Amino acid sequence: MLYIDSIQRGIVIDHIKAGYGLSIFKYLKLDEADYTVALIMNAPSKKYGKKDLIKIENTIDMDLTILGLIDPNITINIIDDEKIVKKIKLSLPKKVEGLIKCKNPRCVTSEERDIEHRFVLIDEDKGIYKCEYCEQIYTWEE
Amino acid sequence: MKHLIDPMDFSVEELEDLFELADEIIDREDDFSQVCKNKILATLFYEPSTRTRLSFEAAMIRLGGQVIGFSSSTSSSVMKGESIPDTVRTVGSYADIIAMRHPKEGAPKYASKYSPVPLINAGDGGHQHPTQTLTDLFTIRKLKGKFSNLTIGLCGDLKFGRTVHSLIKALSRYENIKFILISPKELQIPQYIKMEILNYKNIPFVEVEKLEDAIHELDILYMTRVQRERFFNEEDYIRLKDSYILNKDKLKLAKDDLAVLHPLPRVNEISYEVDNDPRACYFKQVKYGMYVRMALIIRLLEVM
Ligand SMILES: [Zn+2]
Repeated sequence: MLYIDSIQRGIVIDHIKAGYGLSIFKYLKLDEADYTVALIMNAPSKKYGKKDLIKIENTIDMDLTILGLIDPNITINIIDDEKIVKKIKLSLPKKVEGLIKCKNPRCVTSEERDIEHRFVLIDEDKGIYKCEYCEQIYTWEE
Repeated sequence: MKHLIDPMDFSVEELEDLFELADEIIDREDDFSQVCKNKILATLFYEPSTRTRLSFEAAMIRLGGQVIGFSSSTSSSVMKGESIPDTVRTVGSYADIIAMRHPKEGAPKYASKYSPVPLINAGDGGHQHPTQTLTDLFTIRKLKGKFSNLTIGLCGDLKFGRTVHSLIKALSRYENIKFILISPKELQIPQYIKMEILNYKNIPFVEVEKLEDAIHELDILYMTRVQRERFFNEEDYIRLKDSYILNKDKLKLAKDDLAVLHPLPRVNEISYEVDNDPRACYFKQVKYGMYVRMALIIRLLEVM
C-alpha cells in the first residue's frame, strides 16, 4: 500500500465509496487549498473492499455535514496530536437549503427570484426528500 | 396566527370544531351577519377561478366583511414583476385575511412565510386546494352525519385529480372507510397513494373500470371530470369517455341514499337528467362550501 504520513492535526474523511473521493475533493475545493491535502483512492477496506479517503492537514474548522448527502456512510475523524479526538458519523441532513434546485417546472421556485430552494427529509432509510413548496419527491441518488 | 395551506393542516379535532361552527352558521345565519364587520378579505387570484373567488367573497360578505382583490383575467399586470413576499406584505397592510390562488405549486406556502395576516390557499396549480377538501368533507358530514362506516366511490380521472387525492388523504383519518376507485386503467390512482395511505393504513379499496359495476355498493359517489388532454390518443378517449358519465340508467342501480358529489364545474360527466334526482347533491355541496369558508374565515380571524 502506498505510504501516506499520518497527520498531526487535521481531518480525515474516511470510508468514502471508491470512486467518489475525487468529486468530494473537488466539491470541497481542496484542489485549490494552500495547505497539505491528500486524496487516496482505492485503499483497501474491510467493509467495502475498496474505499477512498481524504486527509486534510491543519484545517479543523470546516463544515462537512453536507457530505452526509453525498454518502451517509462516510466517517469524519478529527485528528489532534496524531490521535483521533472526535469521530463524526454522518447522517442525512433533515433539511437541505440552497444547495440543490427543485426541477419541477410548475414549482414556485422556478419563478420567484431570491427564493431559497428547500428540501425536507421524509424517509431517512431510503434518502427521500421533498421540495418544501411543491412537495415533489426526490431520492438522493438523482 | 394560523394559515390554511395544506388540507392536512387541520387536525381531526380542529376540523370537527370548524364543521360544528359551519352547522351553527347554517342554523342561525343572522347571528353571524356582523361578526366580520370592519374586516377585509383580499382575494389575490394570479389565475382566474371565478367559482372559487365568488365563494370566498360571498362568505366574507355574508359575515358582514368587505372584499378587495384582483384576478389575473381582469388585471393581469397589477402585481406582475413584484415578488410574492412584497405583494403579501403590501396586501397584508390593507386586509385582515388573504385568499390566494396561484398557478405555481407552493406559492401560497411561500407567501404564508411573509404574510402579516392569515392566508388561505385557494388553489396552487395542480398541487393543493384545501378549501375544496373542507367543502367535500363538510358535505359528506352534512349528508351522512358521520365520516365512518362509509363506502365511497371515486370516479373519473383519479391520476391527476388533486381533489381526489386530498379527499382520500383526509378521509383516511377516519374509521371503517372503504374506497371503490373507478377509472380507466390509464387514469388510476397514483402508486404512492396506494402505498403510503391506503396500504399503510390498511384501508380497504378496490379498483374497477366501470361505474355500473360498483355503483350499487356506494354511500357516496364522487364524480370528477375526465379531461380529453389526459388521454394518450383520441381513440382511447372516444372509447372510454362514456364509461364515466353518470346518467339515469346508471343511477337506477344505486342505493336510495346515495349522495352524488362533484367539485364542479362539470362538463358532461353528470347528465342534466340526474340533476332533479334527490341523490344529486353537488349544488348543495357548492352551498356547503360557502358555509365552511365562512367558518374558516371566522376561525382564522379569531373573531369568535
Ligand atoms: Zn418544488
